[in-house]
Amino acid sequence: MKIKWALLTLIFTIATVLTGCEPLLVLDPKGPQGRTTADVIMISIWTMAIVVVVVFALYIFIVRKYRASNQSEDYEPPHIEGSLKLEIVWTAIPVLIVAFLSVVTVVSTYKVEATPEGYNEEPLVIYASSSNWKWHFSYPEQNIETVNYLFIPTDRPIEFKLYSYGPISSFWIPQLGGQKYAMADMVNTLNLAADVPGEYSGRNANFTGEGFAQQTFNVKAMPQKEFDEWVKEINATAEPLTEDKFEELLKPGHLGQSTYTGTHLTFSPPPEGHHEKGDSGNEEVQPGSSKKEQDEEVDHSKMNH
Amino acid sequence: MDFFARFAVPNPGPTIYASMVAIALTMVAIFVGLTYYKKWGYLWREWLTTVDHKRIGIMYLISALLMLFRGGVDAIMMRAQTAVPENTLLGAQEYNEIFTTHGVVMIIFMAMAFIMALMNFAVPLQIGARDVAFPRLNALSFWLYFFGAMLFNISFVIGGSPDSGWSSYFPLAGTEYSESVGTNYYMLALQISGLGTLITGINFITTILKMRAPGMTLMKMPMFTWSALITNLIIVFAFPVLTVALLMGTMDRLFATNFFTTSNGGMDMLWANLFWVWGHPEVYILILPAFGIYSEIISTFSRRNLYGYKSMVISMVAISVLSFLVWVHHFFTMGQGALVNSIFSITTMAIAVPTGIKIFNWLFTLRKGKIVFTTPMLYSLGFIPIFTIGGVTGVMLGMASADYQYHNTMFLVAHFHLVIIPGVVFAMIAGLFYWWPKMFGFMLNERLGKWSFWFIAISVCVTFFPMFISGLDGQARRMYTYSESTGFGIWNLISFIGAIGLAIGFALIVYNIYYSIRYSTREIPADPWDARSLEWATHSPVPEYNFAIVPEVDSTEAFWDYKKKGYKLFKGKYEPIHMPNNSGVPFLMGLVFFVWGFAFVFGMWIFAVIASIGIAACLAHRSFEKDHGRYISVEEIEKTEKDLGGAKE
Repeated sequence: MKIKWALLTLIFTIATVLTGCEPLLVLDPKGPQGRTTADVIMISIWTMAIVVVVVFALYIFIVRKYRASNQSEDYEPPHIEGSLKLEIVWTAIPVLIVAFLSVVTVVSTYKVEATPEGYNEEPLVIYASSSNWKWHFSYPEQNIETVNYLFIPTDRPIEFKLYSYGPISSFWIPQLGGQKYAMADMVNTLNLAADVPGEYSGRNANFTGEGFAQQTFNVKAMPQKEFDEWVKEINATAEPLTEDKFEELLKPGHLGQSTYTGTHLTFSPPPEGHHEKGDSGNEEVQPGSSKKEQDEEVDHSKMNH
Repeated sequence: MDFFARFAVPNPGPTIYASMVAIALTMVAIFVGLTYYKKWGYLWREWLTTVDHKRIGIMYLISALLMLFRGGVDAIMMRAQTAVPENTLLGAQEYNEIFTTHGVVMIIFMAMAFIMALMNFAVPLQIGARDVAFPRLNALSFWLYFFGAMLFNISFVIGGSPDSGWSSYFPLAGTEYSESVGTNYYMLALQISGLGTLITGINFITTILKMRAPGMTLMKMPMFTWSALITNLIIVFAFPVLTVALLMGTMDRLFATNFFTTSNGGMDMLWANLFWVWGHPEVYILILPAFGIYSEIISTFSRRNLYGYKSMVISMVAISVLSFLVWVHHFFTMGQGALVNSIFSITTMAIAVPTGIKIFNWLFTLRKGKIVFTTPMLYSLGFIPIFTIGGVTGVMLGMASADYQYHNTMFLVAHFHLVIIPGVVFAMIAGLFYWWPKMFGFMLNERLGKWSFWFIAISVCVTFFPMFISGLDGQARRMYTYSESTGFGIWNLISFIGAIGLAIGFALIVYNIYYSIRYSTREIPADPWDARSLEWATHSPVPEYNFAIVPEVDSTEAFWDYKKKGYKLFKGKYEPIHMPNNSGVPFLMGLVFFVWGFAFVFGMWIFAVIASIGIAACLAHRSFEKDHGRYISVEEIEKTEKDLGGAKE
């Protein structure tokens, strides 16, 4: 049978590829959050593999056995309304599977949304903001800012504060964990951590227009000591980030990597608490708005929105 | 000249010039052909003004096939561009336009139209009706859809295509980041054709609820009609959301409101929510009729009644309810937090339960059957395993924590293509082959049909399975290119090869249509497949009035009982049949809507006002028009029935 043959090849290919030689980025995690999601993915793949095998086996058996060429000319298929018992069986089993996966999902979702556990140190807060088509990383604690590259200490939770100077972007370092959106009117928090020193690739995963494909950044994870040295060196050598310089960086286009002392958080604060307070008009600079727009801006505190 | 400058395409390239030439040549060919064969009058009388659900169905079908071609060309170009790393076949801008139009054209203008085609053709026949409840509105629905589609398609050569993805997320789609008129086209074209869809929804709910043959209770309806009923209910609930979202988007773009902007209190999360509150039910608007078609075909070619009729209906109702409760899974990564994501994960995975019930019911319909491998049946049998793979990956995507890693990657692209292609496209092709003899009075070639099936079924797997892998390896979707060091190259190359296979498969279907028109025998019985529902109880092709005598029904398979148990389907005698008159107004109104949309796209307000008056005039005309339809006399019915091969008893 062609069908059977084709299907067997399919299953075989999937199996080989998933257990393949080169580890796929998402399944080769370098931190606790990435490990959790990789585990969830593998649990779901195996659970679903069982479902697929059962359905395929049943399918191949039935289609082979009941094909017309396998039966006598005068065979008249019977009229069967259905079977309550069987229908309950194939409702109940999927319900159990979904229940199992739901437990896995809820537990793991809470886990990856929270600060990773098992570290002694407080999380390092990094503001990651996107603009067409770059990433800006502000280290308020260290008072430095980088463009398109990220240095992080290993074995310490990192709390990313995500927002955007433009379209919705998605901050994603596949080997450290899942992605989250950076948006213009609110700040999202993404908790990650790296256990293994090394270089990882990060990117914007959400389409943002013409330069989207190249909106990537490099991540270097290193022991805390090395990280501290790097910070010290930057503070000694880099130029300060001025408001004008930052305006220039925001212009649409691609940039290489660069480093500054000071952060843009002082003169261009992130849209934190925007909706709760409804006082956006008091902010000096609205993310994403150009100089010209600012002049025309109305006082929002008098508006109901 | 300034007036015309606005119509220029902002980023002209070879693909655009080629399309311009192709569009111009096609229009000239149509014009010359119609004039040469003196078919203008025929076209106007028999097609453009028709209110006959069968002809409207056929017009939907032709439009859907044209759109399939357009969307398919887009797909091939995308796969060709990404086949090798750092390819320069297309630029970023061209690629962005192409994947945007591919999505919109395939979902809104191809799949929706294909479903409308089959629903229009088959549903009234299946319930033993003579037409839909509101035939003139039905024509209006079609022309709104058609001119919406045309408006969308001219964007490529006049003013520029939309380029923010088929989901058109603001603020990217707003004037801040998309200055060209492309997204205006998106907003207006979807608005116009969406209006048509909404009207169809109301029309078909009324038709199915009010116009069934005597004796056909709801639980005796064929499964395709059931699926159509539920689909249209979803349409009526979901499409108003799209209407409002598009209106807000249009206002943002044309009148500088701030619903979705980055400043002045705009909320960028609002569009995503509104879009998917419509967008997810939309997926089920596509898949449920497909499930209905599979139910018909699997039962017909297993020579058995459908297993678990009641649970089939219940599961469809469950799916339709759940379809409105899962939209957040399209953006688990927007930061709603663990609680919201957990709830939506569970509702999402819950959909697997009713879907699983359906799969098992189909398998048990096959069991103890006598399976005949016709082309429609092959597509239905191919659907089960491939859709199962697409479906289980859907459950995987529904798990929020894992979705943080799949989101926006090729893994997602693989999933939804492996659901939509075997789920919807296979069903459309299967339905096309299945109902073709009823539509046109001859059959499509089986041998070519089977070849096309194997090409398409295998190529779908070759095209989309590699994307699971490249997705897990970190390839984001919608990237026009990638560097060699990523290692995505090999997977994308395999995808491209698969895409070529798909193209060959679809070309075989087109060739099959051509071949069968020329060579297929016209001497076929009214029921060539030995099928089970009412549409096969009338002649092929179907006379204008569908049934000379309205059938009476007392089981789910009255026609089968008529064939096997001698049940009397047509009682009574010929009586004059009341039929609606043709009208040119729906076509005209569609045309005015096209002008209206075009005027809005370019902000040409004088034209917009004139067109708005035109629309109001069409509505007023209908309000004051006295058209009571016409009667087909008994003699005329007798003559038609005799010509078509003897009256039915």
